[in-house]
Amino acid sequence: MSKYPKLGEKDTRSGFGDGLTELGRTNPNVVALCADLAGSLKMDQFIKENPERYFQVGIAEANMIGIAAGLTIGGKIPFTGTFANFSTGRVYDQIRQSVAYSDKNVKICASHAGLTLGEDGATHQILEDIGLMKMLPGMTVICPADYTQTKQATLAIAEHHGPVYLRFGRPKWPVFIPENLPFEIGKAQILREGNDISVFATGHMVWLALEAAEELEAAGVSVEVINIHTIKPLDEEAILKSVKKTGKAISCEEHNVIGGLGESIASVLSKKHPVRLDIVGVNDTFGESGTPEQLLEKYGLSKSEIKNRILSILK
Amino acid sequence: MVHAVQSGHPGGSMGCTEYFTALYQVVMNHKSDFTMDGKGEDLFFLSNGHISPVWYSVLARSGYFPVAELATFRKLNTRLQGHPTTHEGLPGIRVASGSLGQGLSVAIGAAQAKKLNGDPSLVYTLHGDGELQEGQIWEAAMYAAGKKVDNLISTVDVNGQQIDGSTDDVLPMGSLNAKFTAFGWDVIELPEGNNIDAVIAALNEAKSRTGKGKPVMILMHTAMGFGVDFMAGTHKWHGIAPSDAQLADALNQLSPTSLGDY
Repeated sequence: MSKYPKLGEKDTRSGFGDGLTELGRTNPNVVALCADLAGSLKMDQFIKENPERYFQVGIAEANMIGIAAGLTIGGKIPFTGTFANFSTGRVYDQIRQSVAYSDKNVKICASHAGLTLGEDGATHQILEDIGLMKMLPGMTVICPADYTQTKQATLAIAEHHGPVYLRFGRPKWPVFIPENLPFEIGKAQILREGNDISVFATGHMVWLALEAAEELEAAGVSVEVINIHTIKPLDEEAILKSVKKTGKAISCEEHNVIGGLGESIASVLSKKHPVRLDIVGVNDTFGESGTPEQLLEKYGLSKSEIKNRILSILK
Repeated sequence: MVHAVQSGHPGGSMGCTEYFTALYQVVMNHKSDFTMDGKGEDLFFLSNGHISPVWYSVLARSGYFPVAELATFRKLNTRLQGHPTTHEGLPGIRVASGSLGQGLSVAIGAAQAKKLNGDPSLVYTLHGDGELQEGQIWEAAMYAAGKKVDNLISTVDVNGQQIDGSTDDVLPMGSLNAKFTAFGWDVIELPEGNNIDAVIAALNEAKSRTGKGKPVMILMHTAMGFGVDFMAGTHKWHGIAPSDAQLADALNQLSPTSLGDY
């Protein structure tokens, strides 16, 4: 029996919205900006309770990032909200110059990341955002596993000084992180201990990795599952400790295999403790329209694909 | 400065010397003990960061850092980077600029933070006219008017020049006055942008128009390379440094402003 059973289903973006609402009540410096997607980002309650601390920018993401950078001058802690595609690729130069290089305390909060955005298709399914953000010096990159953890992360980044990219998603997804499991930026979580292989997963993929591990246990395979909610700074110590025990590893992410979590782990392993690593992710292609489940299946991110990849590396 | 390292942007800097001198010496209420938050003082944002030489020169002479440090401009380990940054901690600078079109948005955010903080101080920005070709400027222009950011005084250095030629040759922009007016700004024309008394008068006029529901725009007509006959009015001195002989010739032609030598 897993230590982390499914407790219900909720979208991770609601974790952001509920976290932001709590911040509105507890931290008077927190302000929020949105580029015409406040409903999608679940920002309504914060807006209702703090209309003076909310800035509706309209469909102008570059301007939103710049305004957020300016709001920090004067002590505000701005949280920007839009889809992941418009939070990163569309505004890369604004984030680079006005936020990251200028060391501004802006929290870039991005929903609808990855394939599980679903039917809107590839124009909106960004699979390169983790790579874009982790390349920026000083940027913290966080991709929480479920609703509860997204709420925890939203609260935590308000206390962290410096630019943060917080990535979450659209679909209803299993809730399994207990509220009393502490969230610490940069600290990976061992959700399941095992001896045969280490699975490092981030975001929605953590639940699928846990399910895969559960099913493989019946076949006599002992899988360690580690939740890498913070992709940068990466918890190298936790990764190395695990692979020194298991000797094999797989990473799982809803992102291009180029530029994502898997590459970050490969870099650590190749420099400090080379072991076999397989990277489960989208294989350098764009997505398409479909349901989240269909897309995860087609692009090789399903639970059964994770199981197959584990078994093949253990052969 | 530009001559010493044989790189930098003298043309736009020289055309805006009167503006910077007027702003820092007369118009702006600013503290020389620099804090990033700048609470209780006016703030300035340079959006066209390539004219850093004149800004650095005026900042040093306004007490933000030693004048001697100007000699480190563009050299390894300097705080006076080619384009202004906060990264090396140079006092007086609150955001990096260089990639064009971003400064107006940042200034709007700072102006809105001032309103949230109940701080009646003003926020100033400077832009190049060529910079207005960046789309983000118009996102910001629409927002500032739409959201009544009326503690903001922006100035465009209308020198009619950009790297590849005159603005009319590169991309004709039509009437800037009509454009900003249509976007909802209160627009002031400043025909004599290289006359320091006229610049001070225009900035004071702009101050008197703040707090009335509209952001204020000064269209400041200048000559790029003003004050030196072989540099004035041409795009050719946008981003190149003078030779020894040209420097000597230029310095012979330049006289201090009525407020001192910058």
